[in-house]
Amino acid sequence: AASEKKLLEVKLGELPSWILMRDFTPSGIAGAFQRGYYRYYNKYVNVKKGSIAGLSMVLAAYVFLNYCRSYKELKHERLRKYH
Amino acid sequence: MNENLFTSFITPVILGLPLVTLIVLFPSLLFPTSNRLVSNRFVTLQQWMLQLVSKQMMSIHNSKGQTWALMLMSLILFIGSTNLLGLLPHSFTPTTQLSMNLGMAIPLWAGAVITGFRNKTKASLAHFLPQGTPTPLIPMLVIIETISLFIQPMALAVRLTANITAGHLLIHLIGGATLALMSISTTTALITFTILILLTILEFAVAMIQAYVFTLLVSLYLHDNT
Repeated sequence: AASEKKLLEVKLGELPSWILMRDFTPSGIAGAFQRGYYRYYNKYVNVKKGSIAGLSMVLAAYVFLNYCRSYKELKHERLRKYH
Repeated sequence: MNENLFTSFITPVILGLPLVTLIVLFPSLLFPTSNRLVSNRFVTLQQWMLQLVSKQMMSIHNSKGQTWALMLMSLILFIGSTNLLGLLPHSFTPTTQLSMNLGMAIPLWAGAVITGFRNKTKASLAHFLPQGTPTPLIPMLVIIETISLFIQPMALAVRLTANITAGHLLIHLIGGATLALMSISTTTALITFTILILLTILEFAVAMIQAYVFTLLVSLYLHDNT
């Protein structure tokens, strides 16, 4: 069945039922964020010889998200003849 | 150009939902906690820095004032990290909003003053009259001292807002000027670019200094009142 399989092992046809199976309650979403945070933290920061990459990837993602947020105003500042 | 200049200071709202809450909460992600004796490099660095700052700042207080150590240390970490994150391209800096700085300054100042009034009433009231003033000057001086007391939270908030906002505006303006000058005269553009580099270094310093000044002044008001 498509239940309880990891995302990479789910076949394409089973994808909608897999997505509907996920836990979308508030505690489920909070759990997903917590798991994601600890996955990143334990892989890049909580290591013996952590480098600057752990912090810079977070800051780069922050810059990218802010760019997406302000794209609407920024697209008027492009060097084009017709906006 | 006028509208473009100030769009980066608009409170971010996405589909009517306050995105600004997430942006204000973001620096907390960058300060992980660890219960270990020997933690990873990131946490060790932050703990060392925090110990350095707290020793330097809390050493002047007595035991009653030192109960504020947690508050002051979180304050300087928050303002410092928010200001430094604001220097990243396209980001929104919450400390440019006067509303937020007033929300930080007024409760902290009021807490320090009210603590002083409750625990050391005579000494707190005595602050309104410096020693050795000639008798005819006393009424005017009390009025002046009261005004100077009540202006403290306003000055705290406005100082932080104005410094950070002015820095961001200057960077926007000089960056725009460099871009516009590149097609007209490359030498002038290079000079402007050098100014931009120097300004960015200044802004890094200002970001941290403003955090320090804010916290230092609150700690000073606390020292007067404990």
